[in-house]
Amino acid sequence: MGTTQTFPLKQETDIVVIRQQVRKVAEQARLGLVSQTKIVTAASEIARNALIYGGGGEARLTGTQRDGRSAVHLVIIDHGAGIEDLDKAMVDGYTSGNGLGLGLSGARRLVDDFSIRSAPGEGTTVELWKWR
Amino acid sequence: MVDRIPILKMGRYLLLSIQVDMHDQLALDLQEDLTQQIVKHRAKGVLIDISSLEIVDSFIGRMLAHIANVSQILDAKVIVVGMQPAVAITLVELGLSLEGIATALNVEKGMRWLERNVDEDLSLECERGDDPDLSAEAGD
Ligand SMILES: Nc1ncnc2c1ncn2[C@@H]1O[C@H](COP(=O)(O)OP(=O)(O)OP(=O)(O)O)[C@@H](O)[C@H]1O
Ligand SMILES: [Mg+2]
Repeated sequence: MGTTQTFPLKQETDIVVIRQQVRKVAEQARLGLVSQTKIVTAASEIARNALIYGGGGEARLTGTQRDGRSAVHLVIIDHGAGIEDLDKAMVDGYTSGNGLGLGLSGARRLVDDFSIRSAPGEGTTVELWKWR
Repeated sequence: MVDRIPILKMGRYLLLSIQVDMHDQLALDLQEDLTQQIVKHRAKGVLIDISSLEIVDSFIGRMLAHIANVSQILDAKVIVVGMQPAVAITLVELGLSLEGIATALNVEKGMRWLERNVDEDLSLECERGDDPDLSAEAGD
C-alpha cells in the first residue's frame, strides 16, 4: 500500500489504460461498486481534459489511506496552457470547446475530495480522492 | 485493442453490444458506422446493449445522444438497454441526463419496445393514407 504508479497520458488510448488502472486500485482499496464507478468516471473526464486542452501529461495513482480509511488518490498533471478563469471553468455547462462543460464540475461531484491548481502558461494539476 | 464494434442486422433492426472499454476514436467510428448502416439497410430500429459497459463518461454520453439524434432524423428508433445501476447513478451525478434517449432494462424489453414503437409508426403511416385500401376502411 502507498506505492505510486505513474502512467503516461499522450494519446486517447492512454485514457483507457488510466481508467482500467484506477478501477484496479479502487477494487484493491475495497471501494463499493458505485464509488469505483464514480472515481473511474471522474478520472476519465480529467484525463481527457489534460490530453485535449493540456496537450497531455501524466497520471499518478496511489492506493493509500486517508484518515484511517482506504482510499484512491489520483493526480493528473499537464503542462499545457492552463486555465485562465478557474471559477468559470468549474461552472456546469461552461466549455471553451464543443463539450458539454460537465467534465470539471461533474468530476468534482463524483469524488470525496477535489482540488485543482492551474495558472496560464504553467499547466494544470487536478487531484482526486475517493475513500471507503 | 479492438478497432471496430460489430453491428448486426436483424430484419428491420440493427443490434450492437458494446463490450469493450471504448477509446474516443472507437466511439466516433461507431457513431459513423451506425449512421451508414441505418441508411444502407433502411433500419427502423436500433438496439444498443451497454450491459458490459463499466462507465459512461461525458464522451460516451455524447455519442449516445448523437446516435439518438441522427437516428431520429433518419426515422429509426433507438433504444439503449442494460445500463448498470452504478453507471446510471454516476451519470446523474456527473450531470448527464441523457433525456431523449429511450432506455430499457434488458435486451428482451428493448426489443419489445422497438416492436411496439416501430409498429405504431407503420400504422400511423397507414392512417395518413399511404395505403389507400386501409385508409378507406379506417375512414369512418
Ligand atoms: N487541463 C486543462 N487545461 C486547459 N484548459 C482546461 C483543462 N481542463 C479544462 N479546461 C478548460 O475548462 C473548460 C471546462 O472543462 P470541462 O471538462 O468542464 O468541459 P469540456 O471539456 O469543455 O466539456 P466536457 O468535459 O463536458 O466534454 C474546458 O472547455 C477548457 O476550456
Ligand atoms: Mg472535459
